[in-house]
Amino acid sequence: MLLLAAALAAAQTPSAPAPQFAPQPAPAPAAPRFVVVLDAAHGGDDPGGHLNGQPEKAFTLALSVRLRSLLGARGIQVLTTRESDSTLDVNRRAEIANHANAQACLSLHASTAGSGIHVFASSLAPTSPTRFPAWKTAQSAWVTRSLALAGIVNSTLQQAGLTVTLGRTTLPAVDSMTCPALAIEVAPDRSPGSDPADSFNDLAYQARIAEALTAALLEWKTEVRQP
Amino acid sequence: MISRSQTVLFIVLVAASAVMGGLLWRQLDRAHQRLLQGEDSAPTEAPQVAPAEQATLMVANDADNSLLTQVQTLPLPQDPGARARVILGKLLDLYAAPDADHPVPGGTTSIAQVFLLPAPALPGAPSDAQPIDSKAPAAATTATGPLLAVVNFTGAFVASHPSGLETENLTVQSISGTLHANLPRVTQVRFLVDGQTRTTLAGHADLTGTYLATDAVPTEGAHP
Repeated sequence: MLLLAAALAAAQTPSAPAPQFAPQPAPAPAAPRFVVVLDAAHGGDDPGGHLNGQPEKAFTLALSVRLRSLLGARGIQVLTTRESDSTLDVNRRAEIANHANAQACLSLHASTAGSGIHVFASSLAPTSPTRFPAWKTAQSAWVTRSLALAGIVNSTLQQAGLTVTLGRTTLPAVDSMTCPALAIEVAPDRSPGSDPADSFNDLAYQARIAEALTAALLEWKTEVRQP
Repeated sequence: MISRSQTVLFIVLVAASAVMGGLLWRQLDRAHQRLLQGEDSAPTEAPQVAPAEQATLMVANDADNSLLTQVQTLPLPQDPGARARVILGKLLDLYAAPDADHPVPGGTTSIAQVFLLPAPALPGAPSDAQPIDSKAPAAATTATGPLLAVVNFTGAFVASHPSGLETENLTVQSISGTLHANLPRVTQVRFLVDGQTRTTLAGHADLTGTYLATDAVPTEGAHP
């Protein structure tokens, strides 16, 4: 009983006042995430075009992996639509990009026609953003930003000595994306001294393209973060 | 001594030979008569040839992703649908040439038909419109409204078309632009393959939507 009374007395003793913490300044708002979505076109049952011995789906996947590594090394968060030879519906590709709330989405393609790099933005007419955009034309609210991204990509690729052609096209996967989105098509290097037939096996050519695209996305990141 | 049966057989054979000879003679005479009649029906007037006219082609160039205007002189029929098919055939002949700037095999036989329909007021598939060049030919000359051109490719053309965003896009744009340049009433273009809707031309260019012929840009919201 004595022990119990002592314990109750101790419990009723006023405790020491709470320590007074100095008011701290409110934490600075975290910088918005900068996420890039890489969409290696085709895959699985859809081989795409034939690039002098290899299917387009294999080339786009290899370029996607290379680009992801370069961007990751520079601290950019990357999301890829596929990491293996898997079949992926165009709607699923757009779903992945839209869920990521990305600041840039690149759909990677390749073709034996033409030369250099073909950069395409959606041909949809620009519209104002709406709360519930139509799926097939969701990109229309982002076309202006996509064209701005195309300008930076064009400039950076040209600085890397690559031939660039700009265009607008209808591509269902891109037309449904709610992010600045471009389709990048790699074509053979037809500059003097190069062998166009070997472009898709030329690792140095692929490295130049990947590094130029990385530089473009770093520049785009700087532009996105500017107030 | 010749038996009776052998005599009968000999007579029968002689008779059969005589009959066959008569038939052959009769067939020869009929063939001769047919030849004489053929001479009577020989053409005496030159066939009607469509007059040569100028057509404007929007020729694609893969090197710079551009369309260049090229004027060609060729015989053109008066029927708008047939006229469109002949012009597009000439365009695809240029692409099938060995030194083409936009190489696409196939040539003039790549387009099975071109149908011209009244263009729908709103983007979407036409419902009850009738082809001008088959069901209501008079409408081609009397109507003044915008037209939707439906270009029906052959499966062989699509199977051999090079795959790629730029090359497929240029084919679609050059066909749309050429149609509008020669038939200004054509404002919209749709594409079929062997009479069926197809998702893409060769893996990239979207064939499910309606293209505006004026600038070869798909109609916004026209995708089904």
